[in-house]
Amino acid sequence: MPTHDPAVTRGAALVMNRFDLTRRLVSKLHREEAVVAGIGNTNFDLWAAGRRPQNFYMLGSMGLACPIALGVAIAQPGRRVFGVEGDGSILMQLGCLGTIAAAAPKNLAIVIMDNGVYQITGGQETLTARSTDLVAMARGAGIAKAAWAADEADFERRIERALAEDGPWLIGARIDAGPPAAQTERDPAQIRERFMRGLGVRG
Amino acid sequence: MSSPESAGARERPWHELVHHALKSSRVKLVTHVPDRVLAPLIASLSADDFFTVVSPAREEEAVGICTGAWMGGTLGAVLMQTSGMGTLANALASLVVPYQIPLLMIVSERGTLGEYNLGQVMVCRTMRPILDSLGIEHHTLARADEVGFVFERAIQQAVSTQSPVAFILSPLLTGGKVFRH
Repeated sequence: MPTHDPAVTRGAALVMNRFDLTRRLVSKLHREEAVVAGIGNTNFDLWAAGRRPQNFYMLGSMGLACPIALGVAIAQPGRRVFGVEGDGSILMQLGCLGTIAAAAPKNLAIVIMDNGVYQITGGQETLTARSTDLVAMARGAGIAKAAWAADEADFERRIERALAEDGPWLIGARIDAGPPAAQTERDPAQIRERFMRGLGVRG
Repeated sequence: MSSPESAGARERPWHELVHHALKSSRVKLVTHVPDRVLAPLIASLSADDFFTVVSPAREEEAVGICTGAWMGGTLGAVLMQTSGMGTLANALASLVVPYQIPLLMIVSERGTLGEYNLGQVMVCRTMRPILDSLGIEHHTLARADEVGFVFERAIQQAVSTQSPVAFILSPLLTGGKVFRH
């Protein structure tokens, strides 16, 4: 990030709401950008935010949303790709932050929804509730354009930058433990087929 | 399309045959977690501009990357050793198989035919049962003259049937990794 960027620390970032932020993200997407959302509430809220054919909903394989998004970004360099992942999920696959930094896809942005708990399994604390700062880890892994969103307006501004300027980007968003707005229909083959049509791979 | 009778196959090293088969099958993305036996294949693929080569920290990542790339229109392969295959049961069961992804897995087989590390022996025993229990087709390659035919036909089938496939490279093909006293 440029030095004039008013980046905030995790402790100073406003605690926001996942469904609200997901709707704000989707409202900015006007060019068939791909969105890959991780297991559980992350993809439930993406589903609830609108049935875009360029959305991919992961139903298992916890931790693989960012690698999947990286694969899409490599295959389609002309399309912007977002990976949306929870704190518990990214903690399972931290090496992928270094892989993303090394591959350096200009068209990839990662959004980390961090509420400090494994919400779907009963609210047990994740490591971010104690000491782990995922944006700092991303920077350490080599993703220079990694920052916490200070508030909703800052989140939207960072999404707009990720749409307009070269990445890879990582946006950390502190969120509350509000429930998901809906539940994704669990039909993996249909999800995959619709996504491939949405990406223009299948006619 | 190669055939088992391809002239000259015996004279070419195994990694050249695999390289050629991947290229002729339009496998443009190669992900790998390093392995001593696979080193010459990784080196030759990395030196060929036809391939995009990504080296993630873990085999599960490689599976995710190839899954995303396939959905974006690019066929990819994961190169790994036997112990890497042993880490993949959940990613295969909850992503690759239910989402019908033609993931290509190229595994250099350790844990047999002269293995000196008991840990490798034990993880080798899990590899085929994991694949079998998920209904994933796998081919063990022991002969250089079969490499082209098996790879090209099996990749064609994986794409046509939207199914993953594993190529297990036996020490009979690659020479394996040998403990030097």
